[in-house]
Amino acid sequence: MDLLEYQGKQLFGKHGLAVSDGKAVTTVDDAVAAANEIGYPVVVKAQVLIGGRGKAGGVKLAANEEEAREHATNILGLDIKGHITRTVWIEHASDIDTEYYASVLLDRSAKKPLVMFSIEGGIEIETVAEETPEKLIKYHVDPLVGLTKDEAVKIATDGKAADDVIDGVADALVALYTVWIEEDASLAEINPLIITPDRQVKALDAKVTLDGNAAFRHPDHADLGDKANADPIEVKAAEQDVVYVKLDGNIGILGNGAGLVMSTLDVVAQHGGEPANFLDAGGGSDAAKVKQAVELILSNDAVEAVLFNIFGGITRCDEVANGLIAAFSDLKPSVPFVVRLDGTNDVLGREILENAALPNVFAAKTMDEAAEKVVALAKGSN
Amino acid sequence: MSILVGNDTRLAVAGITGREGSFHTLNNRKYGTNVVGGINPKKAGENVEGIPVFGNWADTVAETQANTAMIFVPPPFAAASALEAAAAGVELVVIITEGIPAHDELKLYNTIKRDFPGTRVVGPNCPGILSPGEANVGIIPASFFKPGNVGVVSRSGTLTYQIGNELAQKGFGNSSIVGIGGDPVPGSSFIDIIELFENDPQTELIVMSGEIGGSAEEEAAEYIAAHVTKPVVGYIAGFTAPEGKQMGHAGAIVSGSAGTAKAKAEALESKGVRVGRTPTQTAEIAMEILGAPVA
Repeated sequence: MDLLEYQGKQLFGKHGLAVSDGKAVTTVDDAVAAANEIGYPVVVKAQVLIGGRGKAGGVKLAANEEEAREHATNILGLDIKGHITRTVWIEHASDIDTEYYASVLLDRSAKKPLVMFSIEGGIEIETVAEETPEKLIKYHVDPLVGLTKDEAVKIATDGKAADDVIDGVADALVALYTVWIEEDASLAEINPLIITPDRQVKALDAKVTLDGNAAFRHPDHADLGDKANADPIEVKAAEQDVVYVKLDGNIGILGNGAGLVMSTLDVVAQHGGEPANFLDAGGGSDAAKVKQAVELILSNDAVEAVLFNIFGGITRCDEVANGLIAAFSDLKPSVPFVVRLDGTNDVLGREILENAALPNVFAAKTMDEAAEKVVALAKGSN
Repeated sequence: MSILVGNDTRLAVAGITGREGSFHTLNNRKYGTNVVGGINPKKAGENVEGIPVFGNWADTVAETQANTAMIFVPPPFAAASALEAAAAGVELVVIITEGIPAHDELKLYNTIKRDFPGTRVVGPNCPGILSPGEANVGIIPASFFKPGNVGVVSRSGTLTYQIGNELAQKGFGNSSIVGIGGDPVPGSSFIDIIELFENDPQTELIVMSGEIGGSAEEEAAEYIAAHVTKPVVGYIAGFTAPEGKQMGHAGAIVSGSAGTAKAKAEALESKGVRVGRTPTQTAEIAMEILGAPVA
């Protein structure tokens, strides 16, 4: 789960990483009140999960109440690449001497936490990695020991941080690692990590991604993320414990098993179709589960045809067929369905479907055949 | 011959008394796997259809000489149970549980490597390992597969069944089928399993089925070019996956420009590994290679 900047900063603050005091608000009046309380100059920052906020006019400096009101009015509701700004973060403007970069992430290849540090902050770290890789320090941490202060000092020194802030940068790195560990983050990134003229080290931005699998030990994480901009079907699916990802096309997809569903999307695309969603029905195949999944898929208005791709292992194809028949009698879908049943009891499953003679339901034996059929049906409905 | 599980397997199961755990354990026993025990701290002394239940891994190993562990316990306790099995001397720990926090997997991986280098972990979030005709450890539907010369290693369960079934329908069987799981920190990588297949006399061809996220497929490509003499056929799922979205598996996510299906397929092909564009095509390539007359 990706966090908004202010949520990340609150986690930073909790673990001793210096951030500016600020307030997250959702109305212009609250923004002005917050700015007055914090004291000018303030920065008004759009809280959205997308880069390029500054360029889009989502980050503005306000020297007084009038400007704070003007900026909050313009930024609240601002559409930044499809993300509507519902919240702004007001913080006291920082004086900046230098901009550094710091992050902690999971290096899946090394199977260790990776700390990255650079004195080239404020720009995309990918650019630094490409153009001046010698200025990007990468350090693998032993997760059974943690990041020690001595290691952090070495990282800051190797990265050529200014002599008088080595200690402050090292403390920030240790604190950032603590955030990463304690909050079960997969990414904790500060860009820029600023040095103020009076040599304080402070996080001016925060990019944090939390591990959803660790939610059971972090009840306080439940309210985080950008709920207001989340896709409503994805939210509903999550509440029902169904893995659903909304996509841009018009062919609804259901399969059992994440790999098979991903593969189904690819095969549909190869046949010239555009998938409308990813939905993994898992091992469940009873009528209630099938109905729930069909409801989710059809709640996307863009869907013009649906493909069921089932390879029955533990899942039995006859159960899926019966589930689909039950779902149809309740939901009476108006779009065509292609149902590919293979594996355990596939012959029986296809026979059940045939005998039920559901309107607009077509049985298929192979993935390719099913994909071809559903793409033709989706095109035909235009 | 087979790899990892076979006639020598002595299996014990953590979570044997749960609904899923007991169902699959009994399925594995029915297949012929030697299931010697199970663990549930609250039900020591009981049994599951004749399989004795112990309170911990140390007792289980002492009483049954179990050499293989299957972990079915819920995510908050799974990594601890796996570590306990390793500490008790179990050589192979297969973690079926889905939903384990990545940091727990990270600590488990590094602790095993440091303290119990003799133990191999497969999974988490995997369907297990099947050596047709010998042993089944996990949830792979064994009825589709028969003994043969194709080794399969995959990050996805159902996709493995899909590819394996297409091979089976053409008359090809498998030495072993290994699900390494869809999580960010798997205990065994493609490379680990491919190395075992390379050294297994029964295996004549290796199918590896990858997906988006991480760089395990790219690393496998390098390894294959340098160390593998047997033909390898690849498949990668997730060409249409959008950036930043987790596609079901915790590890299946494209981050920025890293971890794309295209990059993985290209990495494999640049090292001479043929990559099928669909599961069907993958099986066809495997058949083409195996069916070619011996030079």
